[in-house]
Amino acid sequence: MQSSELPLLYVKDISKSFNSFQAVKKVSFELYPGEILGLLGPNGAGKTTIIHMLLGLTSPTSGEIRIFDLNPEKAKDREKILNRMNFSSTYVAMPYSLTLRESLMVFARLYGVKNSRAKIDYLIDQFELKEAADRPVRTLSSGQMTRLNLAKAFINDPEILLLDEPTASLDPDIADRTRRSLIEAKLSKKMAILYTSHNMQEMEQISDRLLFLQNGEIIARGSPGELVAKFRGESLEDVFLKVAREARK
Amino acid sequence: MKAHRISAMFLRHIYLYRHSLTRLIEIVYWPLLDLLVWGFVSLYIARLSDEGASAPKFLAIFLGALILWDILFRSQQGISVSFLEEVWARNFLNLFVSPLTINEYLISLMLVSLFKVVVAFLISALLAWVLYSFNLFIIGLYIIPFMVNLIMMGWTIGILTTGFILRFGQQAEVLAWGIAFLFQPVSAVFYPVSVLPGFLQTLAQFIPAAYVFEGMRSIIFNQIFPVDHLIKAFSLNLIYLTLVLFFFFRMFKKVREKGLLAKIGE
Repeated sequence: MQSSELPLLYVKDISKSFNSFQAVKKVSFELYPGEILGLLGPNGAGKTTIIHMLLGLTSPTSGEIRIFDLNPEKAKDREKILNRMNFSSTYVAMPYSLTLRESLMVFARLYGVKNSRAKIDYLIDQFELKEAADRPVRTLSSGQMTRLNLAKAFINDPEILLLDEPTASLDPDIADRTRRSLIEAKLSKKMAILYTSHNMQEMEQISDRLLFLQNGEIIARGSPGELVAKFRGESLEDVFLKVAREARK
Repeated sequence: MKAHRISAMFLRHIYLYRHSLTRLIEIVYWPLLDLLVWGFVSLYIARLSDEGASAPKFLAIFLGALILWDILFRSQQGISVSFLEEVWARNFLNLFVSPLTINEYLISLMLVSLFKVVVAFLISALLAWVLYSFNLFIIGLYIIPFMVNLIMMGWTIGILTTGFILRFGQQAEVLAWGIAFLFQPVSAVFYPVSVLPGFLQTLAQFIPAAYVFEGMRSIIFNQIFPVDHLIKAFSLNLIYLTLVLFFFFRMFKKVREKGLLAKIGE
């Protein structure tokens, strides 16, 4: 897959410092169409900073990012990139006084979605939010809120989707269905997904490739199977615990 | 610049008002209370001065000033409080990972502000007419350049406040509620600049609103429209608005560099 297609996202030696603290150190990777790439690492490893740099929320101190072969540091390119990309995080809220449907309508307009009503109905159905559709966002359960965030992330049919712990507050059934939706989007629409999660079983199940981050650096990369073999663990969780504890020593 | 993105942000605030009875009431509540208090005060002062003969002028000065000051205040709030709505909702990040640009966002805030000003102005003017038979439009079409200048000054203060909130977070939130009143004493809203002590008179020369309120009194007392006042107010507003936009974009750039954009509202 990687060899025959050009990457949608290309990151070369990016670093990010906040004063004297170096949050990300010379990180390089690519993301290809129809691929799910997992970012793995303990808290403070630099996962969120990397995602924020890809979204243009902050600039790398050094290094290069190309998305759709465009430069997100240029305002004109950034606009084009963000039209074809989306993001969802459990830790980001939506306008709490608006109804779920209204919130999606606002984002549908922001992304210039055609036939927005039909698209919103489809997403409400897909993420099983029918019962909550006309309720104010502040009355939603955390699971419904997470699903609303995911519905928002799908509103523009993104070619690249960045997901920061998207299933963190979902019950196992809904989390499983969400993972299936993501795999389905990857297969049918060749959506490229960058994924972070602390659920190792989930990472093992969903990711084609993994990047293991520790203290801002990539310390290992490969498929879940390759990482398990490399670190002589029994499972990805086992690998995670080994590596994280080793680094803390 | 895309109209659909600006309209999306405008729609977001219309939805907000549609669901919030307290926000809707607030549009009427303060103008009504102010009009009641200041209306009766003006009637009382008129009665004390010369048996009520100059009551219409007192009413015009106080109520006109009150309604025009409300334009400045609301245009400022329309920017800074609408921005705060996003901070309170922790929705800021979702907006800035969409293709929405900071220019489009700022224009949407200005439109929201304009909408709130027009609604509040019409309500205030109607209340003044119903309660005191006071017709604000005695100032004539001059009211339009007066309003434009007050809105510009309100936007300037609103954008300045928003820049501080962007950079320093919610600890700067207090500015959104009180900063406009800092300019009130030197804006000569209810009294002429000439009653101010010397150094404040000098300061008032740099406040666009002071020229507007002096102009309003000139029309009421002398039926003279002071064009030079308007030119000065407009020139100062242009300078301040340009400077404050420069400051705002610089703050936005700084906040982005420091990675604080994702932390606003936390």
